Amino acid sequence: MRTILYIIQKEFLQVFRNKSMLPIIFIVPVFQLIILVNAATYEMKHIRVSVVDLDLSGTSRKLVSKLQGSPFYQIEGTTFSYLKAEDEMKRGNIDMILHIPADFEKKLLKEGHAKVQFVINAINGQSAGLTNAYSTMILLDYNREVLLENATPAMMAGVKTIQTDYSYWYNPKLNYKTYMVPGILVLLITIIGLLLSGMNIVREMEIGTIEQINVTPINKIQFITGKLMPFWIIGLFELAFGLTIGKLLFNIPMEGSLGLIFLSASVYLFVILSFGLLISTITHTQQQAMLVSFFFMVVFILMSGLFTSIESMPLWAQNLDRLNPLMYFIKIMRMVLLKGSGFADISNYFWSMVIYAVCSLSLAIFRYRKVS
Amino acid sequence: MSVPSVHVQQLTKRFKDTLALDDISFDVGRGELFGFIGPDGAGKTSLFRILTTLLLADAGICTVEGFDVVKDYRQIRKISGYMPGKFSLYQDLTVEENLKFFATIFGTTIRENYDLVKEIYQQIEPFKNRKAGKLSGGMKQKLALSCAMIHKPEVLFLDEPTTGVDAVSRLEFWEMLKRLKASGITILVSTPYMDEASLCDRVALMQSGRIMTISTPQEVISNYPLSLLSVKSGDIYTLLGELREYPGVHSVYAFGQSAHVAYQKNDITPESLHFFLKSKGHKQVEIIETVANIEDCFMELMTSPMKE
Repeated sequence: MRTILYIIQKEFLQVFRNKSMLPIIFIVPVFQLIILVNAATYEMKHIRVSVVDLDLSGTSRKLVSKLQGSPFYQIEGTTFSYLKAEDEMKRGNIDMILHIPADFEKKLLKEGHAKVQFVINAINGQSAGLTNAYSTMILLDYNREVLLENATPAMMAGVKTIQTDYSYWYNPKLNYKTYMVPGILVLLITIIGLLLSGMNIVREMEIGTIEQINVTPINKIQFITGKLMPFWIIGLFELAFGLTIGKLLFNIPMEGSLGLIFLSASVYLFVILSFGLLISTITHTQQQAMLVSFFFMVVFILMSGLFTSIESMPLWAQNLDRLNPLMYFIKIMRMVLLKGSGFADISNYFWSMVIYAVCSLSLAIFRYRKVS
Repeated sequence: MSVPSVHVQQLTKRFKDTLALDDISFDVGRGELFGFIGPDGAGKTSLFRILTTLLLADAGICTVEGFDVVKDYRQIRKISGYMPGKFSLYQDLTVEENLKFFATIFGTTIRENYDLVKEIYQQIEPFKNRKAGKLSGGMKQKLALSCAMIHKPEVLFLDEPTTGVDAVSRLEFWEMLKRLKASGITILVSTPYMDEASLCDRVALMQSGRIMTISTPQEVISNYPLSLLSVKSGDIYTLLGELREYPGVHSVYAFGQSAHVAYQKNDITPESLHFFLKSKGHKQVEIIETVANIEDCFMELMTSPMKE
């Protein structure tokens, strides 16, 4: 026990003596939180629109002004040539064309229906979908107004409308920041855990100190515990630090129990740290370890549900995602922080992580050998 | 030599297609200072790594203080000290922190075994708050030795401890080894420097994974089969080449300022050689009959099997 404690003490000494380590622990998280949370947002603002209004009637202008009044749109210009507008889109200057044909008002009043066209730049499918959804909503709203304006009371009686009202649960203001912060915190402790732990042991191999350690009577368990504990502590500290920043800067909700968050985090960190350890047993230099960690990290992060929803992935990818530790912990973080879920709600994810931790840790310990 | 401190029998180790150790056997007595001399790649490090339980052998039996290197590796790790050829202490920890770290993981303290390392450690103690990475080569080596000694080992394995260290520090280091030996510790040391061989009790000459000979330095010298001339001239570079052409010359090596010419007794007389060199235009030719030192012996031992 004294040996383990001393190894931990030594690791901390080395971590804090390393000049690049303190900024990594304290400054990087703040920056990542501030930059990523503000930048990685799904909210669509400033959709640049070019209006091709060939009708120029009161009715068509009303539609245009409705777009103008919305915070999401920004009218970049009006033109009478559809081709010109299309040219602008090709150059990437606008995101959407609103095309109103010449006989729009006439048709609407006489025949009761008319057509408008939205041409949306769909290079980014996700934002195109959102633009489409916003625009359709505006058009629906506009439709109802037109209908009410032109209808006689007799007609009104015949029209049955269903009023739809929305209320968004768990995130009533649809604030993306509160959604992103928990996920990005997971990202942070993953990077710290995976990179630092993996590289730490490989570094001992690189500078040869592992030889000197290996000839000592210290056993595998003592060595690994001594190696992992410091990063486990740093990881938990990092989470606390990140949560504090999240609370102070973004005022993220903390509906559930913080104890539950830290309990899950401590299990999650075991998964990540043993992953790092495993990587260190198959690599020989810090560079190799870094590259291998990066490979796993990119796959894990992109499939973690941080940026894209897991439910919309193909089924095979969803099944594959069961192997993704990030996915479990991001789910837990969001559920506990935003929804206030209790242990019963997250137990499925929690136990999955426990199994994961046990498996990866035993594999790492099994793989780590003092004798070559 | 009753029970050997280190016993190696028919040890073989193969790395893919190179034979690192080829059927090696030897015994080292308790309290002996045993040297392994050989060029790089002779298999010295592999042998040390097997004896310190870091590497598994393919075949053969090795015991250290009666413990088998495979079965009883735990015991061996407790009683042996190892100083790898590459400096492998924590460069970002201070001298004192390094020593304390190794003391702790061996389950002891600096104070407990201070007497043992005192003599060596005292020399670097003024720098105890300096980071190990900032030490000079000689000081690093003293620190490494202190760390390898702090748990009071019974057997000490020093893999090329003097490589990359200046001549004065090398001498000091060997002085320290002699004093350690006096306290009853068995020391196995490897070195590529042949002159260090004469400082050991016994030496094993290693080459290409084999032990060519094991004997005391005195025996090595007395078994030298050839006669030797030390030849000096103003132009040492052409001298070497021309000496090799001279009939009856067995081998020629540069040795400091002079050339050592080995020959079968009676094949060459100094007078005829002197005449030959004069005719080649050498000035200030000086030829002295000399006794073989350990380096001459090793040069001869190492080249002879190749000529067979």
